[in-house]
Amino acid sequence: MKNKYIYIAVLAAFGFASCEPEFENEVNADYTAGEADFTSYVAVGNSLTAGYMDRTVSRVSQQYSFPNLLAQKFALVGGGEFTQPSFADDVNNLGGLMLGGAPIEYGTGENQYPTRLIIDASEGRPENIAGTSTIEVSNVQRTAYNNMGVPGAKSFHLLTPNYGDIGVVAIGLSNPYFARHATSNAATVLGDAMTKNPTFFTNWIGANDVLAYATSGGSGVDQTGNPNPLSYGSNDITDPTYFAGVYSTIINTLTANGAKGVVATVPSVTSIPYFTTVPYNPLSPAALGGQANIDALNAALYGPLDAVFTTFGEPNRVNPLSGTSANPILIWDVDAIDRTAEITGGLMLQGVPAPVAAEIGAAFGKARQATANDLVVLPASGVIGTPNANASATLVALGANINGVSYPMANRWVLTANERAKVAAATTAYNNAIISIASANNLAVADMNAILNQLVSGLRIETGQLYTANYFSGPSNEGAVLFSLDGVHPNARGYAVITNEIIKVINRHYKSNLPLYHPSYFPGINILPTN
Amino acid sequence: MRKLLSLTLLALAGSTAFAGGYRVSIQGQKQLAMGHTGVAVVNSAEVAFFNPAGMAYLDNKFNVSVGGNALFAETRFQNSQYNWTASTSNLGTPFSVYATYRITDWLTAGLAVYTPYGSSVEWDQNWQGAHLVNNIDLQAIFVQPTVSVRLGEHFSIGGGPIYARGSVNFNRNITPNPLLSDNGDPADVTLDATGISAWGYNLGMMFNPSEKVRLGLNYRSEIIMEARNGDATFSDVPAIAQGTFSNTRFNADLPLPAEVTTGLSVQVSEKLLLAFDYNYTLWSVYDALVVDFENSVPTSVNARNYKNASTYRLGAQYVATDKFTFRAGWYFDESPVQDGYFAPETPRNDSMGFTGGLTYQVNKKLGIDFSFLYLHFDEVNNSYDHYSDPTAGTGDILPFGGTYKSSVFSPGIGITYGF
Repeated sequence: MKNKYIYIAVLAAFGFASCEPEFENEVNADYTAGEADFTSYVAVGNSLTAGYMDRTVSRVSQQYSFPNLLAQKFALVGGGEFTQPSFADDVNNLGGLMLGGAPIEYGTGENQYPTRLIIDASEGRPENIAGTSTIEVSNVQRTAYNNMGVPGAKSFHLLTPNYGDIGVVAIGLSNPYFARHATSNAATVLGDAMTKNPTFFTNWIGANDVLAYATSGGSGVDQTGNPNPLSYGSNDITDPTYFAGVYSTIINTLTANGAKGVVATVPSVTSIPYFTTVPYNPLSPAALGGQANIDALNAALYGPLDAVFTTFGEPNRVNPLSGTSANPILIWDVDAIDRTAEITGGLMLQGVPAPVAAEIGAAFGKARQATANDLVVLPASGVIGTPNANASATLVALGANINGVSYPMANRWVLTANERAKVAAATTAYNNAIISIASANNLAVADMNAILNQLVSGLRIETGQLYTANYFSGPSNEGAVLFSLDGVHPNARGYAVITNEIIKVINRHYKSNLPLYHPSYFPGINILPTN
Repeated sequence: MRKLLSLTLLALAGSTAFAGGYRVSIQGQKQLAMGHTGVAVVNSAEVAFFNPAGMAYLDNKFNVSVGGNALFAETRFQNSQYNWTASTSNLGTPFSVYATYRITDWLTAGLAVYTPYGSSVEWDQNWQGAHLVNNIDLQAIFVQPTVSVRLGEHFSIGGGPIYARGSVNFNRNITPNPLLSDNGDPADVTLDATGISAWGYNLGMMFNPSEKVRLGLNYRSEIIMEARNGDATFSDVPAIAQGTFSNTRFNADLPLPAEVTTGLSVQVSEKLLLAFDYNYTLWSVYDALVVDFENSVPTSVNARNYKNASTYRLGAQYVATDKFTFRAGWYFDESPVQDGYFAPETPRNDSMGFTGGLTYQVNKKLGIDFSFLYLHFDEVNNSYDHYSDPTAGTGDILPFGGTYKSSVFSPGIGITYGF
C-alpha cells in the first residue's frame, strides 16, 4: 500500500519533469521557397555584390555580401552550397590587393587597392588600416563561384573576354579581382557564372556605368549615343542604348535554362553620402581666418573676379566672401564660360605684367563659386583649404594657391549641376531598361534606387529603427549608419538592410516565405583607438 | 534535528524561480499540494506564512514544518520573422521552515523562514535578447517571528515583522550593436548586490463561524529591496568606450510587492476539506527598474509598468487512512506583465497551476510530505517595446519580441513534526 503510493508519486514526478515546452508551430514551420528554386543560386554584379566596403573587399567584409546573407536564408528552404572567391590569404583582414608583392599603382604613384578604411579615434578621421595587404592577385584560383560579383565591373564587362586576364592586370587592361578567380584568361564573368548552372540568380549591375563618372566629379565623358565601349574611358557614362542591349544579353543568358531571379536598379548619386556629406559652402568666416583675411581675399581676388564676371553678364558667378555666413568654395567648372582672356585683359589694364596676368587668367578662367546644386565629393574634405600642388610659382607667391579658397577646386572634386543632370539622365535610362527587361522576363525587381532614395529623408524599417543616408559622424549614432567609410558602399549593417529588401521582393514575387535579418545586430563602422 | 535543519538551509539557500512576475508561490508542502491555498486552512505550522492568525488553532502545542522543492523552469523563445530560437532552463530551490509553540491557551509564538521571491533566468550568453538580459539571479529570504492571539472561541489575529535579506546578480549586453564588441564578444555589464536587507510585516485574522468553516484575511506588506553601492562590472568593453564604461558602483530599488489574501475553507466531511483563496498582489509598485551608476555611465531606466494581479486558488485535502492524506489543487495565476512590457528577464504570462501531494504519517509525531506542481503556460506572442539602442542616436524604440512558451514543474518534499 505504502510503496504503491510512493511509486505513483515518483512516476508522476518524472513524467512531468520530462515535459518540455513545445510550440504549436516551430520557428521554421512556414518557411518556403514558393515558386523559386534555390538549389543553385548565382549572383552576378559589381562591388555591391562582392561584399565590398570601406573601399575594398576583405575576408570579413565578404562574409557580409548580400548574396552570402541571402544564401543563408535560401539554405532554410532547399538552397544549396554558396561559394565565394577565396579570401583566405587575407589573414589579418586588411583587404587591399597586391600584384607580385607590390602595390598596384597603374603609374599614378598611388596605391589603387589600399587596405580597408577604419576610423582612427586618436585622429578622428578615416584612414587605411595600418599594414600591408596579403592578398596576392597572381595566386590565381581558376574557379567559378556562386558569388560572381566583380568590383569595378560595368555592365558590358560581364561579357568581355579577357576581363580577368592575369597577364594584363599590371597595365590596367583587366580587372584584378576577376583575374584572381577567372577560370581562364579568356573567360567572361557571365560565362563563369553559367558554369554553376543557376536555378536562381541576382543581377545588380550597372552602377559603375554611371557611378565612375559621378565619383570622379564628372571627369569622364557622357558617351550617350556612342555604342562602342572600346572607345570609352574608365570614367565615362555608358551609352544607355548600348547598356540596354548588354543587359538583355545578360538576362537572356541567365534565364536560358529557366532560372528565376531578382534584378536590382541603379541607385541615384543623391542618396549616397559620398556626394551628400561635404557641403558646397564649408568656408565659415572662422575657417577663413577671420574678417581681416576675408577683406584681403575680397580685395585681391573675389572683388576683381566678381567685377569681370559681372561686366560680362554673370553677376552671381562669384560674389565677395561674407564675414557673417558660410561661404561656398571656389571650383573649376568645365562647362563654365571661359573668361581667361577677359581676366587677363582686365589685369593688364591695371598694370599687371602680361605673363603674370596670363597665369592668373588661366587659373581662374573657368572658376566660379559652388552652389547648392553642386555635389562636392567626400574625398574633397581632405583637399579644401590645402595648398594646390599644381598652382604656379607666381600664384603661390601671391597666396592664390589654396584649394577652394584662393584657387579653384579641380573638376574631379565636384559634380556640378550640369554633370549631375547627365548622371541623372543615364541612371533613369538604365533603370527604365532594367525594369522593362525584367518585366518582359517575369523577373522580380528590387528597386534599390527607390529604396536608397528613401534614406535621404529617413527609412524606418520593420525593426523600428530609422536609417538615413548619412556618413558616420561619431560613436553615439554609429548604430544608424548604413554606409561604410568609402561613402559609396554599404557597411555590413547596410548589406543586411539591402538583403532584407531583396528577401521582401522574393517573398512577394515568388510567393516564398523567407525570414529577414535584424540589422541592429550587424556591425557598422570599425573604430580603432589608434592606427 | 537541529543539524538536519541547518544542513537543509545551507543546501537550499539558493531560492529561485517563476510565477507571476518574480513571486514564487511555494511556501509549504501541504499547502502547495492544495493549490497553494491556506489563508483559511489550519493544517500545520505552514499557516505562519499563509495566515499567522491561524497558528492559534493548531492542535499540537509544538509544530515544525520543513520543506523544499526542486523547481524546473524552462522557457523557449522563437521569432519566425528573423528565424531566432533561444531557451532557458533553470533549477530553483525554494524552501521553507516553520515552527510554532503554544505558550498559553490564547497566545502562540512562531518563526517562519521562507523564500517568496526569486528569479533565475539564464539565456545563452549573447543571445538575440542579450541587450535586455543574459542572466538574472534574484534571491530573497524572509525571516518572520510571529505571534498569534486567540480572541475568544471564533476569532484570532496574528502577525509579525519580516526581516528580508536578498541579493541580485544581473548581466546584460550594453547594446545589440556589435560596435561595442571586442573580437566579437559584446560589451556587457554585470550588476551584483548582496546583503541587501529590508523590513516588512505580515498580518492576518481568522474567523471560525462554525466548526466546519473558517474565513481568513492576510496582508503581507510591500518590501523595497534597496541595493546600495552594488558592483557594476563592465566586460569586453572595446578601447574606444572604456572611458565611459568603467567599473563602478550602482544603486537600484527592487520592490517586493504587498499581497492581500482572503479565502475560506470548509470541512465537507470528516475526511474532506475544501479551500479557496484569492490573492491580490500590488505589483503596480514596479513601475521601472532604474539603475543609477556612480560614475558617468548614463542612468539606465527600464520601464516595467506592472499591473496589480489576482490569483484564484482551489484546494482539497482527503484523509484516506491514519497513514495517508492526499491533496490536490488548481489555481489560475494572472501575470502582472502587460503587453509591450514582456521582458525576457521574467518571461511569464498567465499560468494555470495543477498541484497534488500526500502525507505519509510515520507515527503520531512525524509525517513526510510530498508535493508536486505543474504550471501550464499558454504559448504567447509578446514583446518588450521600451528599449532604445544607445548607439543608434535617434532614440528609436527597438522592440524585442517573439513567441514564448514556458513550463514549470516542481516536486517537493518536507517533514512535519509536532506533539
